[in-house]
Amino acid sequence: MAKKKFVVGCFDDEAALFPAVKKVRTAGYKIHDVYTPFAVHGLDHALGLRETSLHTAGFIYGITGTSTALSCISWIFTKDWPLNIGGKPHFALPAWIPIMFELTVLFAAVGMVLTFLYICQLGPFVKKHHFHARATDDLFVMVIECTDKTNVDDLRGFLSSNGAIETDCQIAEEGWWIGKYDNDDMPFENKQIVVA
Amino acid sequence: MHLKYESQLREPLVYGDKTYKQVTEDIVRPIEAKPTKLWYIGFYIAVALLMFGVYSVYREVTYGIGQWNLNKTVGWGWDITNFVWWVGIGHAGTLISAILLLFRQGWRTGVNRAAEAMTIFAVMCAGQFPIFHMGRVWMAFFVLPYPNTRGPLWVNFNSPLLWDVFAISTYFTVSLLFWYSGLIPDFATVRDRAFTKLRKKLYGVASFGWTGSTKHWQRHESLSLVLAGLSTPLVLSVHTIVSFDFATSVIPGWHTTIFPPYFVAGAIFSGFAMVQTLMIIVRKVFGMEDYVTIGHIEAMNKVIVLTGSIVGIAYLTELFMGWYSQNKYEGYTFWYSRAYLFSPYGWSYWGMMACNVLSPQIFWFRKMRRNIFVTFFMSIIVNIGMWFERFVIIVTSLYRDYLPSSWSVYYSPTIWEIGFYAGTFGLFFTCFFLFAKYFPVIAIAEIKYVLKTTGEGYKNQMAGIEEQPLEDFVHQHAH
Repeated sequence: MAKKKFVVGCFDDEAALFPAVKKVRTAGYKIHDVYTPFAVHGLDHALGLRETSLHTAGFIYGITGTSTALSCISWIFTKDWPLNIGGKPHFALPAWIPIMFELTVLFAAVGMVLTFLYICQLGPFVKKHHFHARATDDLFVMVIECTDKTNVDDLRGFLSSNGAIETDCQIAEEGWWIGKYDNDDMPFENKQIVVA
Repeated sequence: MHLKYESQLREPLVYGDKTYKQVTEDIVRPIEAKPTKLWYIGFYIAVALLMFGVYSVYREVTYGIGQWNLNKTVGWGWDITNFVWWVGIGHAGTLISAILLLFRQGWRTGVNRAAEAMTIFAVMCAGQFPIFHMGRVWMAFFVLPYPNTRGPLWVNFNSPLLWDVFAISTYFTVSLLFWYSGLIPDFATVRDRAFTKLRKKLYGVASFGWTGSTKHWQRHESLSLVLAGLSTPLVLSVHTIVSFDFATSVIPGWHTTIFPPYFVAGAIFSGFAMVQTLMIIVRKVFGMEDYVTIGHIEAMNKVIVLTGSIVGIAYLTELFMGWYSQNKYEGYTFWYSRAYLFSPYGWSYWGMMACNVLSPQIFWFRKMRRNIFVTFFMSIIVNIGMWFERFVIIVTSLYRDYLPSSWSVYYSPTIWEIGFYAGTFGLFFTCFFLFAKYFPVIAIAEIKYVLKTTGEGYKNQMAGIEEQPLEDFVHQHAH
């Protein structure tokens, strides 16, 4: 865990945000992240983020559920305890479809949510640095990572000229830590590293 | 920047020229304000009902199932009726959030959060009935397949009753995950505005440290979409499997192939009615008429008239098949026990017909669909009708079976059966009152997402653009 220096620009309209993202990236700055109050469609492409593969994970969890159900039920009903139910076949596949389907959905949903929480590093008692309290309300907060060559004042001016209503420079922890939101505890030492 | 456009023919989903800030303030206000007197009164009534239910269940557990009036042939009475009724109500939430998400119906954003909450609470209520119907409730874990010391004696995987265990528990889990994953960003909104320490702490824990990062939003969108895709067949499967409990038996009146679609339509029908009942109260009490607009209510009334008519066709099909099959038992059940008004339970069949099939037809008229009082009244009528439907299916098929000597006396519930049902109302409304006070009842982030395309202010702006000459438009917007 280490602290870094960031320049923060706040926008109040996504219409101003998109051209600004484009200009900041063309100018060669590294955008750490953009924090938005809701899912702004197309922003992930504008930032050059790759598509998420969460749905692929969901598919894998799903077929795991299907095969768990099929293998367990068929083992139980044909090998472990073959029960004669009115002389019907022991391997009664059509009757197992409902449970196979339910377990597919259950595994896929639970697996995807847990994966989502893990890859986003979200969970109860997780605390992260918030660059602006209104990022979950009505501001679109662009955070640019500083290098030792970055001229902070120039960058802030550049953001303002591109529609940022508020700019700021913050030294912040980029990871998460265990904490609650009612106090400002920071269990880490204030060691700052500068990316070359 | 993409220029989003939505037809002027569609009415706005959010009234008033609102900013993002106003949306947050409007929706978070009930959480930050002290609850009103009305809230306390409602909450205490709900808790009192819940206590009565707890006592009724206590008697049932202590003295056994004999506390209920179930008898030799009517082995399923109010308990299973109430189970199916609550499960049916629990269908609208996931339908609204999943199927309408896949169909890209923008109006779902105003009502999905409350509808999903309703789903979860309704399924919680539903689950009580089969569990306590077991009698020896401390043995309830026997329904789970696990390697045990009794053989191992496994559950019967070919039985619809076991499918039900899997279906209902999966449905509850998936609905809960779907609901909570949508709540995380909104909890973060509440957390970041909180001015009391306790609220900051609690919503901080509940929001899982959400920041609003673009990458997280991208994954969140993907998660919602896949969960919606999974929930859509799930919601259809759950009531299908509930209907299998009846349809795979050989009881006249239950042994019907149309049960799955008929039950699913009925579930959506009653679920939307319950959403109407709750949303009409919530929008009034919390002043959210701008978000749950009359357009939302009209859209739901359209679903009600559609599904009500599907259910009506199913009733008529059953009557037709009762005659067409020329099976004496089928004919007796459908034409005597049900459709004959002066048979012992004829009143329940015609009550069902009046509430479910005839009365919703007034929603063919736009004026009626957009009338709050008519909608509220009808939503209650529909839920009474749907309760009658399940009662008709269960009791009229059971009280006179193949052997006249075992025909039962007239089945009517004991006070403890009624108390159990009242108790689930208590549970449902206790949960709903707490939800309405402590949770954002409308999905804040989703409203903000549709605000720029469907809000009233932006609609007006678009109307201005439409009147522009083409040359000016191209000049302004082409890059």
